[in-house]
Amino acid sequence: MDLFVQQFVGGLATGGIYASLALALVMIHRATELINFAQGEMAMFSTYIAWTLINVGMPYWAAFFLTIIVSFAVGVLVERVVIRPVEKAPLLTIIVVFIGLLLTFNSLAGWIWTYTIKPFSSPFPDRPFGLFADITVRMHDAGAILVTLLVLILVYLFFRFTPLGLAMRGAALNPESSRLVGIRVGWMLALGWGLAAAIGSVAGMMVAPITFLDPNMMAFVLLYAFAGALLGGINSPGGAVVGGFMVGVLENMAGTYVPFIGNELKLTLALLLIIAVVIFRPSGLFGKPVVVRV
Amino acid sequence: MVALLDVKNFQAAYGSTKVLFGIDFAVQESGISTILGANGAGKTTALRAVCGMLNTAGSVTFDGGRIDDMATEEIVRKGIAHVPEGRGTFASLSVEDNLTLGAYIRKDRDQVTSDFERVYDYFPVLRERRLQQAGTLSGGEQQMLAIARALMLKPRLMLLDEPSFGLAPLVVQDLFGILRQVNKNEGVSMLLVEQEANLALDLADQAYLLETGKVVISGAADDIKGDDSVRQAYLGY
Repeated sequence: MDLFVQQFVGGLATGGIYASLALALVMIHRATELINFAQGEMAMFSTYIAWTLINVGMPYWAAFFLTIIVSFAVGVLVERVVIRPVEKAPLLTIIVVFIGLLLTFNSLAGWIWTYTIKPFSSPFPDRPFGLFADITVRMHDAGAILVTLLVLILVYLFFRFTPLGLAMRGAALNPESSRLVGIRVGWMLALGWGLAAAIGSVAGMMVAPITFLDPNMMAFVLLYAFAGALLGGINSPGGAVVGGFMVGVLENMAGTYVPFIGNELKLTLALLLIIAVVIFRPSGLFGKPVVVRV
Repeated sequence: MVALLDVKNFQAAYGSTKVLFGIDFAVQESGISTILGANGAGKTTALRAVCGMLNTAGSVTFDGGRIDDMATEEIVRKGIAHVPEGRGTFASLSVEDNLTLGAYIRKDRDQVTSDFERVYDYFPVLRERRLQQAGTLSGGEQQMLAIARALMLKPRLMLLDEPSFGLAPLVVQDLFGILRQVNKNEGVSMLLVEQEANLALDLADQAYLLETGKVVISGAADDIKGDDSVRQAYLGY
């Protein structure tokens, strides 16, 4: 029981990180029908920025929020400078640009900060957290779940209840009609990239204390996030979040209870999941087609 | 008298296919002009081109300023609301969210709240369906929503692309009645593209007859309506 709850909560903690990154993927996908392969590397880069800020003596939470702001700006900049010129290019061109972005951020991080693995501090104390009775979980797990949930709720409130959020949804759903009500669609896309990068940066800062910091740390996280996004439904933000959490729990459970999977084959699980979803339920668990009557 | 919208020597093309070959038309302040013509004459293209949605040559003047080299969203911000062919509603958003987006560029937030009531008064059925997904509305209701959304912009000029298309005659009667009211009560100018020539000529004061990208006849709507030979040759009734 003890082990089960701990693995479950641990799964939710990493699942929350997958969920955040899955949400970032879905946001860009809804606007452009594309998967930003560089999303993970951008999050990794953000985490290095946070590490640098903390290393020069900034308090953790100050560094945390500054990193989010800087990441947002970097996201907007990437869209304006790199993505916008190829907006109308053929699919393959854009994918190559995404891969180029991935490699650029990866090598840039290696060049600036070297490929040596670095520890990354958790803002939460390093002691167990009493869940109920005598069952305890790691404080970082509980904290990471809380932080991701907060981020997800904020994002939901933004899109649901603010005019700008509504305009961003409109721009993603129907760019032409959005222009006809005066929405500057290009800027909405850039804001979407900024927001996705900001969400990704939180995911990076929450996962780094578990995985440690190195330029390749997000490769597997992105794969799980992608599996989560597909499982939940690539066009459903809520679904992607649930999918991300499910993948996190599934990963931990399989690693613990299915002997031959263990730690080594966990990544294969993500791949199997992706293939299974694509074959049996391409729209994912919660992705539903829009009803249109003509 | 200076027209609100004045279009001169207007040309437009899709890629290398030219569709409009230098046409002139105008909409007076608080006036209604209509562009008539058969399928493929270039009516829709003319409307889309005014909104900067394709490459054009010639001049478009709105309220004394040139708008022909502006981006669509900037033209809209000048007060031109386009109700596109096929209506262009946000299918997966609610009726209310569609209307909220219609008022996106407005700064007078208090006024917007009362404008919801104003457009719901024109289209009571939208009030009943305000929480429903726009994509689940009937064709007539979607057309009403598209017009209501345009009204939320508080436009000075509305561009209407075949509002009668695919609707039952009674619904069309209603819709044109409402357009007339909007024009009378609020002084909104309109540029109407239609295949239903008789309806359009009843509503409009100016009419332009378009044939394969050229204006063949233009004049007061009443004159064109009264001219039997024109009617038989070009309008088919």
